[in-house]
Amino acid sequence: MAVVDPSVTAGAAKQPSLPPFLLKIASLAYTLGLTFLGLTAVTFIIGRVMPVDPVIAIVGDRASKETYEAVFFALGLDKPILVQYWIYITSVLRGDFGTSIMTARPVLTDILIFFPATLELATVGIIIGVVFGVPMGVLAAVNQGRLIDHFVRIVGLFGYSVPVFWFGMVSLLVFYARLDWFPGPGRIEVYYDGIVTQVTGVILIDSALQKEWTVFWNAAGHLVLPGIILGTFALAYVARMTRSFMLDQLSQEYVLTARVKGMSELAVIWRHAFRNVLIQLITIIGLTFASLLEGSVLTETVFAWPGIGQYITNSLFNSDMNAVIGGTMVVGMCFIGINMISDALYKIVDPRVR
Amino acid sequence: MTTNSGITRSWRSPVRRGALAAGMAMALAIGGNAAVAETPKDMLVMAKNINDIINLDPAEVFEFTGIEIIANVYDRVMTFEPDNLTKLVGGAVESYQISEDGKTITLQLRPGQKFHSGNPVTTEDIAFSLQRVIKLNKTPSFIFTQFGWDADNVDDSVQAVDDSTVKLSILSDLSASVALSALSSGVGSVVDKQLAMSHEEDGDLGHKWLQSNSAGSGPYILKNWKSNEIVTMEANPDFRGGAPTMKRVVMRHVPEAAAQRLLLEKGDVDMARNLTPDQAAGLAGNADIAVDSAGKSLVYYTAINSENDVLGNPKFQEAVRYLVDYEGMVGSFLKNQYKVHQSFWPSGFWASLEDTPFALDVDRAKSLLQEIDIPADFTLNIDTLNESPFQEIAQSIQQRLGEAGIKSEIVLSEGKTLWPKYRARKHDLIVAYWGPDYLDPHSNADSFAHNPDNRLEAQLGGKLAWRNAWSDDDINALTEKAAAALDTAEREQIYLDLQKRLQDSSPFVVMFQQNEQLARRANVQGFVNGPSSDLVFYRNTTK
Amino acid sequence: MSAIPNPGIRAWLLSESPESAMQARCQRFYLAWTTFSANPVAMAGFLIILALILAALFAPLITGGDGIHQELSQRLLPPSTAHWFGTDELGRDIYDRIVWGSRVTLRIVALVGIIVVPIGLIIGTVAGFLGGWVDNLLMRITDIFLAFPRLILALALVSVLGPGLENAVLAIAITTWSPYARIARAETLTIRNSEFVQAARAQGASSARLLTYHIVPLCLSSVIIRLTLDMAGIILTAAGLGFLGLGAQPPLPEWGAMIASGRQFLLDQWWVPTVPGMAILIVSMGFNLLGDGLRDVLDPKSAAR
Repeated sequence: MAVVDPSVTAGAAKQPSLPPFLLKIASLAYTLGLTFLGLTAVTFIIGRVMPVDPVIAIVGDRASKETYEAVFFALGLDKPILVQYWIYITSVLRGDFGTSIMTARPVLTDILIFFPATLELATVGIIIGVVFGVPMGVLAAVNQGRLIDHFVRIVGLFGYSVPVFWFGMVSLLVFYARLDWFPGPGRIEVYYDGIVTQVTGVILIDSALQKEWTVFWNAAGHLVLPGIILGTFALAYVARMTRSFMLDQLSQEYVLTARVKGMSELAVIWRHAFRNVLIQLITIIGLTFASLLEGSVLTETVFAWPGIGQYITNSLFNSDMNAVIGGTMVVGMCFIGINMISDALYKIVDPRVR
Repeated sequence: MTTNSGITRSWRSPVRRGALAAGMAMALAIGGNAAVAETPKDMLVMAKNINDIINLDPAEVFEFTGIEIIANVYDRVMTFEPDNLTKLVGGAVESYQISEDGKTITLQLRPGQKFHSGNPVTTEDIAFSLQRVIKLNKTPSFIFTQFGWDADNVDDSVQAVDDSTVKLSILSDLSASVALSALSSGVGSVVDKQLAMSHEEDGDLGHKWLQSNSAGSGPYILKNWKSNEIVTMEANPDFRGGAPTMKRVVMRHVPEAAAQRLLLEKGDVDMARNLTPDQAAGLAGNADIAVDSAGKSLVYYTAINSENDVLGNPKFQEAVRYLVDYEGMVGSFLKNQYKVHQSFWPSGFWASLEDTPFALDVDRAKSLLQEIDIPADFTLNIDTLNESPFQEIAQSIQQRLGEAGIKSEIVLSEGKTLWPKYRARKHDLIVAYWGPDYLDPHSNADSFAHNPDNRLEAQLGGKLAWRNAWSDDDINALTEKAAAALDTAEREQIYLDLQKRLQDSSPFVVMFQQNEQLARRANVQGFVNGPSSDLVFYRNTTK
Repeated sequence: MSAIPNPGIRAWLLSESPESAMQARCQRFYLAWTTFSANPVAMAGFLIILALILAALFAPLITGGDGIHQELSQRLLPPSTAHWFGTDELGRDIYDRIVWGSRVTLRIVALVGIIVVPIGLIIGTVAGFLGGWVDNLLMRITDIFLAFPRLILALALVSVLGPGLENAVLAIAITTWSPYARIARAETLTIRNSEFVQAARAQGASSARLLTYHIVPLCLSSVIIRLTLDMAGIILTAAGLGFLGLGAQPPLPEWGAMIASGRQFLLDQWWVPTVPGMAILIVSMGFNLLGDGLRDVLDPKSAAR
């Protein structure tokens, strides 16, 4: 996994000697392996205990006994669960996540189609969240208790407290149905479908690369509303946490010392307090991004967004276990990856942790 | 733009789109305009919930949306034409003869047909398509196994005799008219043998490839299916009935009824397929939109698991018939989309029983319930689907049960959880629906009335009677007799009789029949929305 | 806030030299309350939650029905004097349902909190404090749970446990404890090497003592802030489960499920999904405001100012 690299290099820069460096890689690999096993095991077990019948998912509810049994054996469901798990794990290690019942395609292919859609949406969301959330949080903390603080807090609170799918519906009603400012649900107007060939899966990038600007702008337009909905949540959380962290720092003695020394307020805030907040902030932004990735299910439903969240949920209801485990693992691995990166950054930025 | 040859783009200008996107980061909005968008002239765009599609091989398709798609992509052995939805006619075959004893059907190939691939349609293809259903043994194969066909005898039972004749032998007691109806179902689709076999893997007769590709001769060619996203079909200019007017048909996955309505009102789609009664009513004042009603063959019923002593008591089952507020529901949340219907075969067809003898009568139900021993702490579960109108129906029934002194709890599930539970006989009361697999009353009678082996081990999960642990020897015999009878009048009489008998005593309380409301832009004409998914035709649509 | 304490008690509470630990504790609480009640935003949150609790307690007195009885002829009526918030798709009074629903909401958040906080605290502080392989093991488990798409895991768990409110609560708890462990660990890591902990250690305090008296109380504030922040999320997750048929079962007036079943009426009968949406919004905001207020009061670090 590529995400491992930053922390490895960070470790290497610090400790040039080879053995600790290798040790670090080994421990990382071990950690990843363990998490991977845990992830698959838990999903697999839940998939097995669930009262949903994977055979019925394939044959439907009117099948004869003979058809049912044929599929039952073909899926290997007669084997002991440990054997089934072993078969699954070994094929995953060969890069084979199995075939999805729902889409009749290899799960890996599906993920490559659905995941970029979520990635695109979550990225827009986190950009909105950080660009607006961080300055708002700092502003609120600096002006603690004043009107602007209350204002920022209320705005942030709204974003955090509002039921996302309700908000999505209401905003579609207002900004699409009534005011006609933004395009409606979907990732792109259907009649543009199939014009851009998939390279990265991120429509904005693909259409730009292929110079299909009509498609590009259409897709960009479709990103606005769901992006803002997701972004509002991110903004609220980032602003809250920034304010919280900043208040912590501003009450520290070094800030007092700096002030006493006659340093300008701006310098105190940004050069000292904010720099220290940065560490925690990175973790929070990382976590928020990851939660946008996995938590966009409801937004995706309201906006008919063909993302990984919808893919996993639908698969779950269709008892499409290969798809559920595959999708969950990809999202899970991203989550872990993001955590590791923020951990690594933590170590780089904060000398105390070393 | 070179890839975009056939499509006209009469939509909002890209410049404005660009402005929107540029404003995105600022979350600033630009002045609105009330202009309604338009879909391209030669393209039909539908908003529909298509999450039921799991594959598109005609030997396996058994879901509503999938059936509708293959009905437009494949021609069938027997079929109905859009101008007469009640007359069974030859599709890929020109004519048929039934032998004196009713055991042999001879089919004459319609000459001059071509598959999408350009290959000619031959008798070989027809035989291959039917044999394939049995050999693959997928869910709908039961439609053909009731002919007595199995993997060992199907090569003999289905024979391409020469270039123009196919001979089918019926090995069971099934009457030939039922068999002909069955040939008009999805499994009767004619598959391009040469194309399918060129994609064969491990002897799968092209199954894997056909799950998401098509090899048919119908009016449309399947171009693209993205699960829970979109289905795109393109017109087949060589279709035997002439080239369809709409060059493209696109089904867009929109699960929310409210979102479908929005898209329709904005002109982003031409048609909304899953509106609720209230959504459809909300469109009433809009001159740009028309709402059509189409009677469907789906019946909505409550079933009672007879395995339980209390629930199995015929008095209890009768009481439930009087605890359904048929008129109240049809007059409110089911308005315009459902009508009261109380027998297992839908009304408006041959052999339909139109009587509706039951109405809400809590007192009568109470007195019936007093005749049976009900434990003081008796509580039952009402299982149903987690969607409209099932949960509303369940809540209404719950309230009436409560008025009659029966406590109940509602359990909502997705179909994939509910059906296994139902098939395992783990329900008490279930509110569900049923649609025939082909338009012959045998399709429903076989499920509602016929249960030759009521033991749990028998696992006759495809039959509703078995699922509700209910079996009656007389009724079984009647069902078998009806299926085998050659005389049409005799068959009709038996089916009417059967329906009456099931109204009198059975675990089934049939309540409603669906009347689908389809909302379209007013300029969209000629879309045929027949009573079942097999009978939805895109090819005459214009706009 | 309401009763003005008589001078005797006030003097006792403000005395410069508390005579007992009890008095010291009461003093701290009183001071905290003074800070808290001086903060209008926090008070607003407090009042909202208070109103929620009162509504739940007195539901039978302030409603005209049980919120469950259907009257199909009265369906989808707009707000009026007879039905303050209108009626829903089955002709039930929405005001009644909102008030009775407050009980459901309170039950959900209370149960989840009771399960989640102790689990998160124990795992997080122990991992952070002991470090080494214990830390490694506990954090790997935490990571695995963190790595799951939470709604999906909750869904899967409820599918296994069977639908219903209690199972939904359990599933939410199982999927939400991990961030608490992480936060508690992060806090512990920064506290672990601080001077006062070193000092206590030098005085011979045992690990258990250090954890319970020094580390846990300091972690508690962040955990409680997080919990109040999460309350909205918990309510929404419960709603999501209800929406998918796995949480509260009808006709129980759970707000999220009310939005879910009412969402198809947004265009024409806006009040059906809007009222429960507003209820969730207000209550979530209440919890968040309260969380902020509590942070200012409870956080010993800021209290030291």
